[in-house]
Amino acid sequence: MSKIRSDYEKTLWRKIVRFVNGEKDFFDEQSGFDVESEELESRKHNNFFEETEWKKKKVQITELIEERSEETDRRAIKLYEKFYRLFAVITCVAIIAILLATVTNLPDYGDASNPANNEVSKKYIEDGIKDTGAVNIVAGMILDYRAFDTLGESHVLFIAAVCVMILLKIDPDSEKGKRFINLENDRAYEPKNDPILAWATRILVPLIITFGIYIIVNGHLSPGGGFSGGAIIGAGLILYLNAFGFKKTERFFTQKTFSVVSVSALLFYSVSKTYAFFTGANGLHSFISKGTPGDILSSGLILPLNICVGAVVACTMYSFYGMFRKGGL
Amino acid sequence: MQAVIDYISSNLFEGVAIILFGIGFTTLFLHPNLIKKIMGLNIMDSSVYLFLAAKGYVFGRKAPIVVDGITEMESYINPIPTGLVLTGIVVSVSVTAVMLALTIRLYWRYHTLEMDEIMQIIRKEGK
Repeated sequence: MSKIRSDYEKTLWRKIVRFVNGEKDFFDEQSGFDVESEELESRKHNNFFEETEWKKKKVQITELIEERSEETDRRAIKLYEKFYRLFAVITCVAIIAILLATVTNLPDYGDASNPANNEVSKKYIEDGIKDTGAVNIVAGMILDYRAFDTLGESHVLFIAAVCVMILLKIDPDSEKGKRFINLENDRAYEPKNDPILAWATRILVPLIITFGIYIIVNGHLSPGGGFSGGAIIGAGLILYLNAFGFKKTERFFTQKTFSVVSVSALLFYSVSKTYAFFTGANGLHSFISKGTPGDILSSGLILPLNICVGAVVACTMYSFYGMFRKGGL
Repeated sequence: MQAVIDYISSNLFEGVAIILFGIGFTTLFLHPNLIKKIMGLNIMDSSVYLFLAAKGYVFGRKAPIVVDGITEMESYINPIPTGLVLTGIVVSVSVTAVMLALTIRLYWRYHTLEMDEIMQIIRKEGK
């Protein structure tokens, strides 16, 4: 492949390449590459005086251009803002009008004969308990029939937490980080904890976290599940953090806790669901029994998967808050 | 008049969802403040949830949680839009968090949240 041609510099392709790169005039065959560079060098050394004169002129010209362009810039920005607002309002009104006109052609609200109520939802409702063992059909749907989707959702949350960490994490050992933490430490001005908030938190946080655990564990029996329960637990942790500060929460929740809990939960989810895809998803036999529908320990993998999702969501919510407030957990 | 009454009685929830969508879209377009742009995007998200939830509802039926062992399609609403709304909520939470983090970085760099001022500073620095 790599044939070296002696007349490569003179070929048409090479000429085109050099023309595109701006090295040489396409039609001027006389001046080669080396000659050009030598010429430039000599110009730099010999015509120093001329060049300074030229530079002065150039500075004057650029100043003039800048003055005039600033004025035109201001005028252009004003004009642009006016037109931008006008066009934005017109576009928004047009979009709303088109969509409102489209809504009139949709099937009626709450009609049982809507095309959305087709054989898919029929299958989920009529065979849901038999296939998944979950009394809550939505939980059975998102964690059994469509478990792959939920796996992606928990990964989206985890990736969002990692992105926020990449953007906002401050290294507390570096000079800049130390200065920033002293600057942003909102506890520096209020070292004592607020008694009303502290007492309300002492009463409320155990209740909130217990309620969150109840919602996660009953995810396949009642409204709720991993996402909502995890959000409630995360809210409880954030309330505790606001009342008692980072020193108290660091006893049980650090960066390490976050990574261990969420990564192990996601790994367990992936491994167990891969197993289920291989054995149960296609109607093959699965050795995890479905149990009696309505019991806490029923419906196969849905309960552990709910707990995994809840752990990921709670950790992510708390880490979002910690990152936004302090730049670290 | 009759047309308006028909509209309200047939597709009220969807219409409200579209109007909310428009409010969010206009905020996103017209407000120079980055935080308010994010708020507009969240309003748009909520309008989509309302639309999906309205599409899944059927008159006279209950939430899809099996009671007394009745497993007939005629007694429960459509469960699929509910699952879609769940997906949407999770994605919108993640997107909002990442957008707010990026906004904080912009504030550290330029000490302002107004889009116009940031653009002007960038133009001045570029020269």
